[in-house]
Amino acid sequence: MKLTIDGTDHDLDIEAEMPLLWVLRDELGLTGVKYGCGIAQCGACTVHIDGQAVRSCQVAVGDVWGAVTTIHGLGDPEALHAVQAAWIAHQVAQCGYCQSGQIMQAAALLATTPAPTDADIDDALSGNLCRCGTYPRIRAAVKSAATTLAEARE
Amino acid sequence: MSRAAKIARRTFLIGSAAVAGGVAFGVILYRRPHENPLLGKLDTGQAALTPYVLIKPDGITLITPRVDLGQGAYHLQAALIAEELDVALDRVSVDPGPPDPAYYNTALAADAAPFPATDDGFLAQTTRAVMDAPMKFMGIQITGGSTTVPDAWTKLRHAGAVARETLKAAAEAQTGTQRSAMTTENGAVILPDGSRLPYTDLATQAARIPPVTDVTLRAPSEWRLIGKDMQRLDIVAKSTGTQEYGIDLLLDDMLYAAVRTNPRQGGAMMAHDATDAKTMRGVQQIVPITGGVGVLADNSWRAMQAVRAIKIDWGPAPYPPEMDAHWQALSDSFIDDRIDSRNRDDGDVEAAFAVDTPITAEYRAPYLAHAPLEPVNATVRVTPERVDVWTATQIPRFVQTHVADITGHDRDAVHVHVLMAGGSFGHRLEDLVVRQATELALAAAGRPVKLTLSREEDMAHDYPRQIAMARGRGAVADGRVVACDLGIAMPSVLASQMGRLGLPAMGPDLQIVAGAWDQPFAIPDYRVTGYRAPALAPISSWRSVGASTNGFFHDSFLDELIHAAGADPLEERLRLCHHAPSRSVLEAVGEMSGWGTPMPEGRGRGVAYCLSFGVPCAEVVEVTATENGIRIDAVFVAAEVGRVIDPVNFENQVQGGVIWGLGHAIMAETTFADGQTEQRNFDSFPFLRQYQCPAITVRGLENDTAVRGIGEPPVPPAAPALANAIFNAIGQRLREMPFNRHIDFV
Repeated sequence: MKLTIDGTDHDLDIEAEMPLLWVLRDELGLTGVKYGCGIAQCGACTVHIDGQAVRSCQVAVGDVWGAVTTIHGLGDPEALHAVQAAWIAHQVAQCGYCQSGQIMQAAALLATTPAPTDADIDDALSGNLCRCGTYPRIRAAVKSAATTLAEARE
Repeated sequence: MSRAAKIARRTFLIGSAAVAGGVAFGVILYRRPHENPLLGKLDTGQAALTPYVLIKPDGITLITPRVDLGQGAYHLQAALIAEELDVALDRVSVDPGPPDPAYYNTALAADAAPFPATDDGFLAQTTRAVMDAPMKFMGIQITGGSTTVPDAWTKLRHAGAVARETLKAAAEAQTGTQRSAMTTENGAVILPDGSRLPYTDLATQAARIPPVTDVTLRAPSEWRLIGKDMQRLDIVAKSTGTQEYGIDLLLDDMLYAAVRTNPRQGGAMMAHDATDAKTMRGVQQIVPITGGVGVLADNSWRAMQAVRAIKIDWGPAPYPPEMDAHWQALSDSFIDDRIDSRNRDDGDVEAAFAVDTPITAEYRAPYLAHAPLEPVNATVRVTPERVDVWTATQIPRFVQTHVADITGHDRDAVHVHVLMAGGSFGHRLEDLVVRQATELALAAAGRPVKLTLSREEDMAHDYPRQIAMARGRGAVADGRVVACDLGIAMPSVLASQMGRLGLPAMGPDLQIVAGAWDQPFAIPDYRVTGYRAPALAPISSWRSVGASTNGFFHDSFLDELIHAAGADPLEERLRLCHHAPSRSVLEAVGEMSGWGTPMPEGRGRGVAYCLSFGVPCAEVVEVTATENGIRIDAVFVAAEVGRVIDPVNFENQVQGGVIWGLGHAIMAETTFADGQTEQRNFDSFPFLRQYQCPAITVRGLENDTAVRGIGEPPVPPAAPALANAIFNAIGQRLREMPFNRHIDFV
């Protein structure tokens, strides 16, 4: 089975029904993608497929329809994506376990909605659960990342 | 062992006794410091100047024994050491260290003393000091009870100062320059001529001399870190997917495991048939364990699929299978025979109610799962010589003992490596998953086994928050609250939890009345009685423990009485309150929220207050009744903690605590049917979402002398403030959580 993950091509001998989440975590070691619920209720496993935010626990690896981007492909400590930089500036994380998913969801939102309203943020991010309660900081960080990205475009 | 380390072992007895000060007669032996656990592991050229500072030629490590559960504990502990040691936080390593009695928790013991936190009298202070000794004797190394800050506040700054002064003494021995003429900066001793001697170069010399223990802590005006916004040490990793949690551990030759144990928690497995599971792809072994069965495979998902394919016959639950019996047990507990404590008994409530018919109300709070987002997990490797355990735990010493009991190794041969936790809220005070992983690892012939519980398996065995019920009687006269008699019934969390840890839980369990008996109100006839219900389902500490239910009961009933008296909710609380720091937080939220300004039709405002973990905390909630249900518009919070160490983390913890309190009060409960929890995932165990989250404005007050932790205190006032606001908006009293059993929310 052929997959493109974070710009790297992989050819894996694996059953088609295995959720993408577990392929990423246990077969490829991309552990920034998190298991939280397995039923698309928490969003911790969110990745992009062709730029669209999806719950990787609900995508069978045989059904993957395009290039996959994980939190590791979005940016890294030496080359931060604007959303990650905003997450650091606002010190969003407490336990941090949901934040890979929150960041991937926010990055997908900003790719299609460069200047999101509060209602846009509510709609896009309410599928991502945070048990620590970092929602106020997430909202602020999304807005600040939007500003950074807008300035970069000018 | 090197010669330096041998000398160090004899001479470096720096413990907490010098910090705590004072001696309690009869327990003096137990006040001797524990040996520094770092000393036995040193090589030449290394120095462990206290149990908290390890200096090697290639770098400095700060030991932060309280585990990070998301509350920022590692950063906070490191900052307190660094404040005195003069090291840059981004230039040192931080390590939770080994499980060791030296890292016992002083503050947890002090909070167990039967005196309210507002009592600074001689008896209260003396008792708290004596409580320290048994905690130290047993080496209770626990993260919990919002104690990381009060435990660390002096201890870790002192450790930093001792290390700094000892390094200066080493520099004096090396250069002949007087220690008093030296300064320190960014990991180096600075000599009068400006030359720098890096700490790492002084380690060998420092290990040869006795430590300098007579140190003076810096004045607040000299602080570089405390009180300033700091960037958390883990923030970059947690924003880039590079933070390694327990669940992320990858070891060579590792097996992945899944288990199913009786969802009637504590029940037995009667029979199982793994015929289908054995032949599934990737499955290596089927292993029966206590109360169930596990699968070892080459991938977590394959292990989970296989364990689900095993046919199992479960035994009955060792507690009542249906909820009705649980509530009945609580209802039947309001009798003299079940009185556990009555530490608040002012005036004469019986006489008060002999005259007037009392105002009465009954309240209920359900079981609640902790459900941190990272399902619990543990990796264990057992060889004949040693056992290694990698897990995120609040109780590393107990883990060590429990694992040794299973494998038969000496406790010292069990090495516990504490990893970052993806949330806890009290859940990691249990170690069921570690014991299960150990049983599996015994069958794995020396290969490491990583056991990850599925969300469903984790929530079936959550050891939830206690179920609780309260009955209030009260009286008002001349616009004032004059009598309040509150009885609270719940099973003992302490007994349930201590039973599993193998510790005695003697005497009253003050958690049954925490957040109610200890409130600083001068009501003339005022009584709080704790009734110990029989043990039901196994339960454990859930963020703010007893106060999570009792804060709701006590403040809601007070609000009902104030309403009956026709008084203003904030004014009457202030009139009744005799504790200055508590009055300050009430006044603060009044000012922040514009209390008293008119609200339009359909909107409401409620105030609540609770003193828990020594922290007075007041909250005002504002709501609007919309056609889609109640919407929470804003929350204002003030808390008195003595000292806000890191303003960013403080605000984050308070906001998180409020959201935790509100989210569960509105919509979550754990219920049992057929002896099994009915909520196994977030579809049936919902929580507050981004679109439901109000603006939360936070103020930390620093008027008190005691420095306190903020992880739990914002939780108890959240539910009553919301209920009081809803009453103010629409006139409906909510006396049972979750509130959405009775009313809709947006």
